[in-house]
Amino acid sequence: MTTRVGVITFPGTLDDRDAATAIALGGGEAVPLWHKDKDLNGVDAIVLPGGFSYGDYLRAGALASVSPIMDAVVDSAKEGMPVLGICNGFQMLCETGLLPGALTRNENLNFICRPELITITNTKTSWTNFFQPNTELLIPIKNGEGCYQISDEGLKNLEAKGLVVARYNNNPNGSKNDIAAICNEAGNVVGIMPHPEHAVDGLVGAGVDGLGFFWSIAGVTV
Amino acid sequence: MEKIIVEVMPKPEILDPQGRAIQGVFNRDGHELVLGVRQGKRFEISVNGPITDELLDEIEELAANVLSNPIIETYAIYADEGDGE
Repeated sequence: MTTRVGVITFPGTLDDRDAATAIALGGGEAVPLWHKDKDLNGVDAIVLPGGFSYGDYLRAGALASVSPIMDAVVDSAKEGMPVLGICNGFQMLCETGLLPGALTRNENLNFICRPELITITNTKTSWTNFFQPNTELLIPIKNGEGCYQISDEGLKNLEAKGLVVARYNNNPNGSKNDIAAICNEAGNVVGIMPHPEHAVDGLVGAGVDGLGFFWSIAGVTV
Repeated sequence: MEKIIVEVMPKPEILDPQGRAIQGVFNRDGHELVLGVRQGKRFEISVNGPITDELLDEIEELAANVLSNPIIETYAIYADEGDGE
């Protein structure tokens, strides 16, 4: 059966359509959801797409994280539903507390928009199980607040439990331990700063290295 | 109208590149005694009715859970002494 993946649109979301396209290319069915919805329309998984929800007012992702639909997202995630937060979606996952840490202003204050090499370091999550360990991927980043911060104790915990899902090969923004993506302990919730949904079509992107995330959720195997 | 003030600051151990950029400009312009700048936020919250302990508690919950992110920020909350408006 086709995996139905909800894509939530918030005011200021930019990448919901790219996410839907990527889900379809990966073999899933994208289901549009709206931030004021109260239920998830029976989807099997959720993507929180990138963009500037609420114009990044207050803090990036902070106001979206208290949107009406997020109660259902948080409850479902705690019950094991796969959730992928991309860029602004990663910021939302941190703001809800589903993932530890926070994304802050890039160390050099630049908005960075270019493909970056990352290495997949956890292939057990719902969103990375397609990959072999230590796979290198070329995935675009486009963020001004992508600097991952966490307490020393929290960082130790992430590393000890293998919850770092991907690292930058060349840290572009000051993120602790080159972290580009992390997951929760169950591995169903993943936050990633680079944009796999922008790397699914060789004609308009930096290649197709992002497809593996969407193959993972659709249950595609090699 | 009564006001409650919430001030939010990045924690000391959190890198504040905005503050550092401001400091850099100050130093560049000859203000060599400026050793550091950290940038925060101030919220002025107008409330209906007198500021009771319960109301302060209610706003403090918002300050702790919405206006600030405890991972990277600290907050202070106090009742505005007011200007007789």
